[in-house]
Amino acid sequence: MWERISEKLKILSDAAKYDVSCASSGSKRKNENKGLGNASNGICHAYTEDGRCVSLLKILLTNFCIFDCAYCVSRKSNDVKRAAFTVQEVVDLTINFYRRNYIEGLFLSSGIFSSADYTMERLVLIAKKLRTEHNFHGYIHLKAIPGASPELLKEAGLYADRLSVNLEMPTEQGLKLLAPDKKREDMVHPINYIKDEIIQNNEEKIKYRKAPTFAPAGQSTQMVVGATPETDLQVLYTAHHFYREMQLKRVYYSGYVPISNDNRLPAIGTPVPMIRENRLYQADWLLRFYGFKVNEIISPEQPLLDLDIDPKLAWALRNLHIFPIDINKAELPLIKRVPGIGVTSAQKIVAARKFRKLSWEHLKSLGIAMNRARYFITCNSPDFERKDYQPQQIKQFILAKGNSKYESSFSRQIPLF
Amino acid sequence: MQVLVYDGSFAGWLTAVFEVYEYRFTNASIVPEGHRQDSLFTPTHTVYTSDAKAGRVWRGLQQYLSGRAMKQLSDTFLSELPGREDQMLEYARYALARKQPVEKDFSHRAVKYIADTAQKVHREKHRMEAFVRFQKTKDDLYFATVEPDFNVLPLIAKHFSDRYADQRWLIYDKKRKYGICYDLDKVSFVELDWNPTDTRAEREAILNEEEFPYQQLWKDYFTSTNIKARKNTKLHIRHMPVRYWKYLIEKQPG
Ligand code: SF4
Repeated sequence: MWERISEKLKILSDAAKYDVSCASSGSKRKNENKGLGNASNGICHAYTEDGRCVSLLKILLTNFCIFDCAYCVSRKSNDVKRAAFTVQEVVDLTINFYRRNYIEGLFLSSGIFSSADYTMERLVLIAKKLRTEHNFHGYIHLKAIPGASPELLKEAGLYADRLSVNLEMPTEQGLKLLAPDKKREDMVHPINYIKDEIIQNNEEKIKYRKAPTFAPAGQSTQMVVGATPETDLQVLYTAHHFYREMQLKRVYYSGYVPISNDNRLPAIGTPVPMIRENRLYQADWLLRFYGFKVNEIISPEQPLLDLDIDPKLAWALRNLHIFPIDINKAELPLIKRVPGIGVTSAQKIVAARKFRKLSWEHLKSLGIAMNRARYFITCNSPDFERKDYQPQQIKQFILAKGNSKYESSFSRQIPLF
Repeated sequence: MQVLVYDGSFAGWLTAVFEVYEYRFTNASIVPEGHRQDSLFTPTHTVYTSDAKAGRVWRGLQQYLSGRAMKQLSDTFLSELPGREDQMLEYARYALARKQPVEKDFSHRAVKYIADTAQKVHREKHRMEAFVRFQKTKDDLYFATVEPDFNVLPLIAKHFSDRYADQRWLIYDKKRKYGICYDLDKVSFVELDWNPTDTRAEREAILNEEEFPYQQLWKDYFTSTNIKARKNTKLHIRHMPVRYWKYLIEKQPG
């Protein structure tokens, strides 16, 4: 028995791993009635050898699929081993991993077998069993199968912390090219439906505290980048649109890992676009936490993010007229925009300068990356003469220091086989 | 330099602070018992821990420090780092002299030390919440062994009792030879010198028969969820420093 489970687990976690979302935070589920588990600040229990967080048991219910999306390992035409878990097997794995403190919960997705509803029903059943039969309050993330009926989505939201529908491709054309069975509407509809349910649920919660919670950690989506020729401009505007209109909690960008000889796709052996993926995440953070507008980060004139430097530094170099700013006077939002200063450091600066004027030494001890920040700020130190450097010069100086957190680990890209 | 020797407890440190004021020591250093003396000629003063004195200092600090700052102070103590007693003394004196919250004065030396050290302790707490790996015994106890850098068991007890409310568990700090133990009702501290699972035979004697297959499944999962094309060992090790591997099931060979 254990061998069969082990084989299924290998196949179905291998097939699920290309969905990069791993978050298990954003929920406030408490342990009730002395049950098992809770879900609040997601914990990464382990890290894979590629450095990604493992916080959930991320598996497919099955990798049988009636569709043939070119970018997907589970596509109908692909010659891979197929497997399917039973409902009880998924429940047992989740509970037993959870009790040993391996995971924060379950992230369950599936290939589509027989129909969208048939598949979705089973996903919902697993979540329901965990919640009702096992008194389980850990994190559950369910994939909403495109085309599943609203009733099932509604039920899913009552048991799950997060729901997600993957857009897969940043644009409709991209999707048409690679997933002829799928329509963009099949994804946008459920996203829209879930959004409305969440809004309605929040209103109900205000009126009656006891109203059941619907997907308290919200919904997220994923776009594969580098499979189709979309630019970062298109990717980021799509993300921006979904953040704003659909109130998504997260958009994930997944650098395409070549898995197919299909000539519509990058050949096997093409490096995974990891730097690009990283730049997209940085841009995404600037949108969500640093108060940047999407058109400040990317423009039709320059539709690709700079791969050499991060998007914040790139923005600062395009806007040198704003700098230098006085660290002892500038407002918080502006300090957050300085390259080398993160949100926490910016807040510390604003708090600490109330006690005394800050000097270079102070800034250094607050953990600011001075080799970047120094070109953009002044402070209470006389020993600084500012030269009028050109953007290109500053870029060279900073690059020469080789200080990018990511560059070193990403520059050596290893082909797949 | 006046050296105060205390018993190594937090209440002892608080008592020492009280006596610094009581005896008007201006240039004082607080060191634990057994600490090696640099000079034979330094005058030492032995502190006898007093709950009354400790309580007065604690309440005195509470007047000026927020709950968060008080917690930073006690967390810093749990770091067990040599010399923290003096930094904490400096912090306390600074707060008591200024008679206002000082915890955000990040460019002050002692304030920064406390903020940074509390942060380190917090990180270790978080790591333990992540890296504890329970093993189930034949009598349904879930136990884990850890060797945290700092003394964080007192800080993680609540997290585990909130989460695992319906299973009995024990987390054992092998370095400090004590554990926290939950009996479905409350968490208690237990002192023990224990080494239950050094050999395969010992493990088989005490572990539940389902334990081995589940450990294997977890290893399988850890391996197959990795994407080889994205290998990034540097990042992997930064997140999971090698010193923690000893007790991580997924990092054991086989
Ligand atoms: S429907 Fe989903 S599982 Fe099936 S081929 Fe497309 S992406 Fe893969």
